[in-house]
Amino acid sequence: MLEHIELFFRSIFIDNMVFATFLGMCSYLAVSKRVATAVGLGAAVIFVLAVTVPLNWLLDQYLLRDGALAWLGPEYADYNLGFLSFILFIATIATMVQLVEIVVEKFSPALYNSLGIFLPLIAVNCAILGGSLFMQSRDIQTLGLAFNYGLSSGIGWFLAILAIAAIREKIRYSNVPAPLRGLGITFIITGLMAIGFMSFGGMLTGGDEAPQEEVNTTAQKEKELKVTEEVKENTVSFNNLINNNN
Amino acid sequence: MALLSKKDTSLILDPLSDNNPITIQVLGICSALAITAELKASIVMSISVLFVMGMGNVVISLMRNIIPSKIRIIVQLVVVATLVIIVDQVLKAFAYELSKTLSVFVGLIITNCIIMGRFEAFALANGTWRSFLDGIGNAAGYGVILIIIGFFRELLGSGTLLGYKVLGDPIAKTGLYAIGYENNGFMLLSPMALIVVGLIIWVQRSRNKDLIEEN
Repeated sequence: MLEHIELFFRSIFIDNMVFATFLGMCSYLAVSKRVATAVGLGAAVIFVLAVTVPLNWLLDQYLLRDGALAWLGPEYADYNLGFLSFILFIATIATMVQLVEIVVEKFSPALYNSLGIFLPLIAVNCAILGGSLFMQSRDIQTLGLAFNYGLSSGIGWFLAILAIAAIREKIRYSNVPAPLRGLGITFIITGLMAIGFMSFGGMLTGGDEAPQEEVNTTAQKEKELKVTEEVKENTVSFNNLINNNN
Repeated sequence: MALLSKKDTSLILDPLSDNNPITIQVLGICSALAITAELKASIVMSISVLFVMGMGNVVISLMRNIIPSKIRIIVQLVVVATLVIIVDQVLKAFAYELSKTLSVFVGLIITNCIIMGRFEAFALANGTWRSFLDGIGNAAGYGVILIIIGFFRELLGSGTLLGYKVLGDPIAKTGLYAIGYENNGFMLLSPMALIVVGLIIWVQRSRNKDLIEEN
């Protein structure tokens, strides 16, 4: 349970998609002129990330990674299809987006009207593919954690685009230097927000160190024992030296 | 010398300045920012994008008459993904350390909006040679910005360029460090990439008033 909570807050605040890894910047900049549209796109991103990351986790676990095909039989255990992950992930994402669009249109026309226009945009949103690739490279352990990771990264992205859209609506009334208007000032504000988000980094440092220590305890204790013995020997011989000299 | 007509030359040169994919069209920012802390990584990234875009535009423009328009996005994604896998495997084989630094951002070339954007806007409607030039031009425009950002971030952040200590040794206090210069470690952190891009946009739009936005 604790690791779920940790992953949740870490993906929203510390490893925020926009501010820490710059994923989904294109749509973040293009669709953040008004709060209403930003909310629509943000919701669509949360939804698609929460669906595709667990799906791609299953693909990665049972098809792609080194030895993943072992469930087919021992003779397949040596295969490593990792190089295919880009093409499989993006195909899953494109198909899922299409599928989600059809299902939502059928069952919830109201939701479709608010999300509909954004869904095709999302297939090429780097945040979605980035979510799956980070899930792969960070070696997320269980399906539940993968779902959690997708959901919380989506929420982080949603928060970021909501904040910048609100700021851009207000900044229209400010006297920005002409060449900086529009895109330029948006970049600089995003940079400042990213610096602000960096301060969340302190939130989890305590929890970070604990699990590592637990893993290493036995090995470390042995090492420490050896070191202290060596130190004792050294001090003894050093003392002897001093005494002899005296 | 009719290899490059006037229009062809403008296809290559426009994206370098007044129609730059990053600062004007706002495409492909995702991968542009995260890997620019070192000049070397930016150069490798630019070359990868140049390859993927040139080849991708050629392939798409060759297939433009047989792709059904309903599934064109998936076809485009498959073409890009194949090219990116080639780049990724080559990097892993010949520059393993660098491919670790670039990590997932090589894979993210797939969803780089410049590539999809140029496929949609140009390669689907133009001949092969033109599309190739367009791809090269836009990738070069992307690369120029990446290299500018990488140059300033590495120079100001760690005082090196491509790993060479151009400003002297910070520990032995030689060169500029002898008179009290300090590295600005902040430049190596990700937010500064955004601010550097903002400043580039500022400079560019001050020089060319036509590009200024309404608000």
